[in-house]
Amino acid sequence: MQDRPTFDELLEAVAGYLRDDVMPNTQGRLSFHARVSMNVIEMLRRELATMEEHLAREWDGLDRLLGVEPMPPRLAAVREALLRRNGELCERIRKGDADGGPWRLAVLSHLRMVTLDKLDVSNPGLAAEYRERA
Amino acid sequence: MRKEEVQEGLERFIAARTGGPVTVSNLVRLSGGASRETWSFDAETPGGSIEGILRADPVPGAPTIPGRELEYHLLKAAWDAGVTVPEPLWDGDDTFPVKFFVMRRVPGETLGARLIRGEQYAKAREVVPGQLARDLARIHSIREADHPELARLERPPAGKSAAEAQLDYYENSYRTAELDPHPVFELAIRWLRQHLPPAGEEVLVHGDFRLGNFIFDETGVRGILDWELAHWGDPMEDLGWLAVKSWRFGGRQPIAGVGTREAFIEAYEAAGGRPVNRQHFLWYEMFGNLKWGVITMTQAATYLTGRNRSVELAAIGRRTAETEIVLLELLEGRWD
Repeated sequence: MQDRPTFDELLEAVAGYLRDDVMPNTQGRLSFHARVSMNVIEMLRRELATMEEHLAREWDGLDRLLGVEPMPPRLAAVREALLRRNGELCERIRKGDADGGPWRLAVLSHLRMVTLDKLDVSNPGLAAEYRERA
Repeated sequence: MRKEEVQEGLERFIAARTGGPVTVSNLVRLSGGASRETWSFDAETPGGSIEGILRADPVPGAPTIPGRELEYHLLKAAWDAGVTVPEPLWDGDDTFPVKFFVMRRVPGETLGARLIRGEQYAKAREVVPGQLARDLARIHSIREADHPELARLERPPAGKSAAEAQLDYYENSYRTAELDPHPVFELAIRWLRQHLPPAGEEVLVHGDFRLGNFIFDETGVRGILDWELAHWGDPMEDLGWLAVKSWRFGGRQPIAGVGTREAFIEAYEAAGGRPVNRQHFLWYEMFGNLKWGVITMTQAATYLTGRNRSVELAAIGRRTAETEIVLLELLEGRWD
């Protein structure tokens, strides 16, 4: 285990440097890219804080749609398996399995949950807007 | 091009067209984009002063598309049809080593969020949708028979409707990007295939008609820009693209963030636009959101393959989810 500062504390330091030192002292493209970089760092902080929960939720959702499968113990293997399982879901949709009926509703509901989780990381304001509507 | 080169060339070019002598002043390069050089200038000519814009390719023989090569002719056709565009003055010759043309400068700005939020634009927000509807109706009235020089613009392949050809193109683009599987895109593509609108008449389609691509001021629309993606196709393509969620820039209404679909359709038809079938319009709105989603993926792919290392392109890959939530809403029948 690494010593303090934690990754979140270090990322916060980098985002603060971009926001308080680089952006006000640059112009045009340079300043714009500093802003984009700061936003990327803030997004990564949200991703790291929620990743475990989001991946587990996506896995459980796919279990309900495709059948239960044990979740691998390591992160890299979970990502690989999620890509494979999402590929399988795509294949089922292309075959027409989600054209109607209860499985279509289950697919739509699962994809809404996964997409809102993605938006909580990439665009929390928009995620809140869509969660309020539901 | 160097500033001195542009200054001297412009004076010679305009002198030959106005019976010179001509003095060019206030020459400033506006955009640093890799795709186009845009210069703003003032010119004193024997016939009076001109506030102008020079649009030029970045390098000689730059790889290009018909819509770009024909930008002057597109502006000319639009101007003749009464569309709100900057007045095209002269097509270029061999004065510069690159392709170029000169148009009149139009006052105003283009940033979408400024129209949505700016206090000074309250009046503009009321009139913009109607003005866009009239301009779009006029664009769609431009006929190839009257503008043979526009025959080279792209068109749907024989035996395929414009809608099917567009869907094929972006589905292929999604499948060859080879990033992550996207179940939401699969659902949308399947819905679009099952609801393909029938082939209709082919008109001049602007191809990128949306908030962000027109100049506005306190009085509303001052100039429709960005004609590079113009092509022959389905008029409803422009209506659907205009309503895409990302082009509302936070505005609550579908049309440029400030107008309703119904009011827009009514104004478009009243201005002589093509008859609008609502389902056909909505098909293109769903398609437009898918298309923008696929573009966010392909832009990220440009970063991932190392062709462009910009952090901006890399970050666009995380915007795909914004289009997925819209597609899910539309698939469930919620057209806001």
